[in-house]
Formats: sequence, C-alpha cells, structure tokens
Amino acid sequence: MFWYVLRRVLIAVPLLLGITFISFLVIHLAPGDPVDFHTGDLSPDSSAQAKQMLRKQYGLDKPLPVQYWNWLIRLARLDFGRSFAPDGRPVLQKIGERLPITLMLNVVEMAIILLFAVPIGVLSATRQYSRFDKATTVFVFMGFATPDFWFALLLILLFAVHLGWLPASGLRDINWEYLSFWKRHWDFLSHLILPIGVATFGGLAGFSRYMRQSMLEVVRQDYIQSARAKGLAERVVIGKHALRNAMLPIVTILGLSLPGLIGGSVIVESIFAIPGMGQLMVQSVFQRDYPVIMGNLVIVSTLTLVANLLADVAYGLVDPRIRLGGRRRQ
Amino acid sequence: MKDFWKALSRNRLALVGGAVVLFLAALAILTPALAPWDPNRPDVKKILDPPSRTHLLGTDQLGRDVFSRMLYGSRVSLAVGFVSVGIAAAIGIVLGSLAGYNGGMVDGFVMRLVDLMLVFPRFFLLLAVLAFLTPSIWTIMAVIGLTGWMGVTRLVRAEFLSLKEREFVVWSQNVGATGFRVIWRHILPNALAPVLVAMTLGIPAAILTESGLSFLGIGVPPPHATWGNILNEGKETIEIGWWLSVYPGLAILVTVLSYNLLGEGIRDALDPRLRQAGGRFVARSG
Repeated sequence: MFWYVLRRVLIAVPLLLGITFISFLVIHLAPGDPVDFHTGDLSPDSSAQAKQMLRKQYGLDKPLPVQYWNWLIRLARLDFGRSFAPDGRPVLQKIGERLPITLMLNVVEMAIILLFAVPIGVLSATRQYSRFDKATTVFVFMGFATPDFWFALLLILLFAVHLGWLPASGLRDINWEYLSFWKRHWDFLSHLILPIGVATFGGLAGFSRYMRQSMLEVVRQDYIQSARAKGLAERVVIGKHALRNAMLPIVTILGLSLPGLIGGSVIVESIFAIPGMGQLMVQSVFQRDYPVIMGNLVIVSTLTLVANLLADVAYGLVDPRIRLGGRRRQ
Repeated sequence: MKDFWKALSRNRLALVGGAVVLFLAALAILTPALAPWDPNRPDVKKILDPPSRTHLLGTDQLGRDVFSRMLYGSRVSLAVGFVSVGIAAAIGIVLGSLAGYNGGMVDGFVMRLVDLMLVFPRFFLLLAVLAFLTPSIWTIMAVIGLTGWMGVTRLVRAEFLSLKEREFVVWSQNVGATGFRVIWRHILPNALAPVLVAMTLGIPAAILTESGLSFLGIGVPPPHATWGNILNEGKETIEIGWWLSVYPGLAILVTVLSYNLLGEGIRDALDPRLRQAGGRFVARSG
C-alpha cells in the first residue's frame, strides 16, 4: 500500500508542474506584448497602473524561462497577487470565500444526481429495451440536450416571475437578517431548488447511462449466472451481487467529474447569481482581471489533482486488484 | 457492415435522430435560399413583433427577423460543431496512434498529457483562454477543439494496444512495412469505429459549449447570429418577447438530442456484444 501511494504521489508531481506550465502558456497566448493587449479597454490611468502590476506580477520584460521560474517561485509561496478589481484584494482571499459555496452546491447536486441515476441505470439495464428503458433513455437525453441556461431562464420565468414561488437569484433573501430561525432555513433551501434542479436534470444522463452500461456488462458475467443458479432471488442477485460490481466504474467516473465539482457550473452560477467559483471566473473574464483568472485556473486544477490523488488512494484501499495491478482501469 | 445497418435500422430512436440530423444539415446548407429576410437588417418599425405570417418567429429588439437569424445561426452551430470536433479528432488520432503503437516513453508522455488536460475544468480553461484572445468564430472553434481531444486519444490508444498484437499487423511488420504504413493502412482503419461514435457524440457537446459561451457573451461575437447570442440578447426581454428565448433554446435541444440519439444508436449497432444481449432481453420482455 505504501508503494502504491508513493507511486501515485510521484505521478502527481510532474502533473502539478504541467498545470503551472499550461497556465503560463495561457498568459502568453495573446499576440504581441500581452500587456498592451489586455489593458486596451481600461481607462489610461488604471491601464498604466494595471500594466505596471502585470509586468511586476509576471516579470514580462525578462526572458521566458526566467519569467516562468519567477512565477513558479511566487506560486510556491502561495502568492497569487492582487485582483485588478477596484477592491484590489488578494486573489487567494477572493477564491477562499467562493470555494465553499461552490463545493457545497456541487456536493448536494452530485448526491441528488446519484440518487436518481443509479436506480434509473439499474432498472433500465435489467429491463433493456422495455418501455421503462426507452422512456428513461429519452428523458435523460432530453436532460443532456436541454441547454442549462435556457432551462434556467424558463424556470425562472415560471417559478419566480409568474408564480412567485421561488426566488430567482442569489443564495439569501435581502431580509435574511430579520427572518426567524426556520424561515432562514427555508429561505436558503428555496434559493437552492432552481439551480440544483437545472444542474441535476442536465447531469442525469452521464451517470445513468454509465450505470446502465456497466450493469449490462455485469449481468452477463459468470458469477451472476452462478448466483442465479444457486437459487438466489433475482432481487438479491441484482441488488447485491451485480450492483456492487457495477458501481466500480461509477466511482471512476465520479473521480473524472471532480474538476466540475470544484470549478462549479459557470453557467448555472452566472444565471442564478450564486457567488461561487464559476461566477467569479466569468466576472473576472469580463473585467479582464488577469490575476484572478490565473489564480482560479491554477488553484482549481491543483485542487482537482489533489482530489484525484485521494480518490486513487481510496480506490486502491477498496480494490486490491488496482493496488497490485498498477494503473487504474479507465 | 450489413449487420451494422440491420441493427441500426431496427433502432427507431436512432433513425429519427439521423433523419433530423440530415434535415438540419440541409437547412444549414440551403440557408441563403431559404431565409426570407436579411438576418442583419434592422427595422425600427418592427421592434419585437410577435410571430406572424411575414415574420414566422417574430422579430428581435432591433427589428431583425428571428427566423432568418436562426437559420444563419444553425450554420454557425453546425460549423463550430464539425470543425472543433474535427480538430479534436485529428489531434486525438495522431497522439493516440503514436502512444498506442510505440508504447514506452511516448505512451507515458501522451497519457500524462491527457491526465493533465483532464485536471482542468473544461469551461474554466475555455474562459481563461478566451480572456486573452480576440473573440471570433475561428478562435471559438479552435479553442473548443484544442480542449477536447483527450477522449479520442484514449479511445484510439486502446484500440491500437489490442490491434497491434493481431496477426495481420505483426505479419506486415515482419515483411518490412514502415511504422507509418502499418499505422495508416492496417491499424487505423480498424480503429476508427469508436472514433466515429465519439465524434457523433462530440458534435452536440461542442454545439452546447458554443451556445453556452455565446449566451454568456464570450462566444461568437455579433453581428454573427448564433442560437446562443440570440438567447443572450433575448433574455433581457423574455417577458415581452418570449419567442426570442424559446425558439433558439428549442433549436439547440432538438439538434443536440438528435445527434445524441444517432450517436448512441451507432454505438449500439457497432458493439456486437450488446447487440446479442439486446436480442436476448427483447425476447424475454416479449
């Protein structure tokens, strides 16, 4: 187990370097001198100031390898610079405020998706081509195909504007301070219903299809036949023997969806004005707030890398085949 | 091949999807002949007119004909879908073949690169890159393509790993065929089926991504009409001009759904194991 963990950590180190390298490449995408380009639409005053900051932050007057090295050193000290926005707060602080909100939202959303997707996948696999299978196939595909921004607009129009049942945006009512204890809880929940509903409908397809596929493969295995042959009830065969094995690939897919979990849904957060990572990213793109953009990119991907590593270790603990066989099957 | 068509023709959902895909492609190609109005001509006398006989889907806040704009938008969506998936598939095929055929260091490097790209949330990477570039339809295509090649790379590599041990490959290597020839003539043609499926499923994903970016106002810039930016402009007036928001969204939904049904159908038809099992289960459920 020790060697397995060590191997995973050693693989993660070059990836971490790669993250910084790709992010560094992104800064240099702009044609010509990046500074001239980005600050074009700011006022001359703030533009000159921003240029100075950019030059200092990235050392743009030095040769590329030196720039990269200096940037790496600053990153190692967790110095992501300050936001270009008028508040000028440290990037790290801004991200720290928003990360918990996005994480909370996405963990709840993921739990709800799994709650629906696993039973749908299992039932449509055990009754392949039945009416249930066809209906859920169309339903989850509709969910995938419905543009989330459009669905969100329609839901806001119906539930917030016309019916007035649910709030259209934000996480808290403006009168939050004056609400009673229970009202506060309801207020918070009611703000979550629409965004989580939209995201769940869109995310259902991926997991339920994987679950169906995985279940279809497992029920054809010999050990399922032997479980049936020894007279176990179909409910036990499917619910216990097959389900456990069919869940393994789902865990892998769960690992792959980590970047989305940490980065958050950019579109959902923007439409519902949820102060999370996705909204921060869109705002900083519009404000050309480069330190925040770069900080976001590096921090979110690094956290994803760490989360992947932990998932790999957990996976190795659960499944000895992986620990001994080396790479996780993907 | 005959089995494939037989299996596909039995899948009604996939056939409907395929028919809609062909219909949309025809619309996009014939757009200049079909569009009743100039998509970019404003008309101050017709601001936010509801759908009528002269303007089938109404007009927008500048008095432009929404039906014509949506027709032109379909060209943008399909072009972005096809080109970006083409870019992604080309990169994926080259890297996947190299990794799968050579193994060793090359394979390790390519697969680490894939892992690396997968660590970035797709939309974050897109936004970060677009923040530094001048927006245009070409940058959107390029950026979506350049951030979406990892799946194809993995698929092609996996196919190569199993195919390169087969007799016909080993034989042609033994009679002295060059590596390039073995890859190009012998392995690749046999490895393309899953790539085709991935591409069919990649097009709707790219269309959704483009419309999402355009909806945020970071995608294809005006005056190009796209389904995403019609929606973006229409959301301000959604209560007066519902047609500006409802129709483009429906168009995206129908397009994405059709491509997905077709793609899944092709996948099921290509996978003989599933087909067999399908037959068995159909018989059972009567």
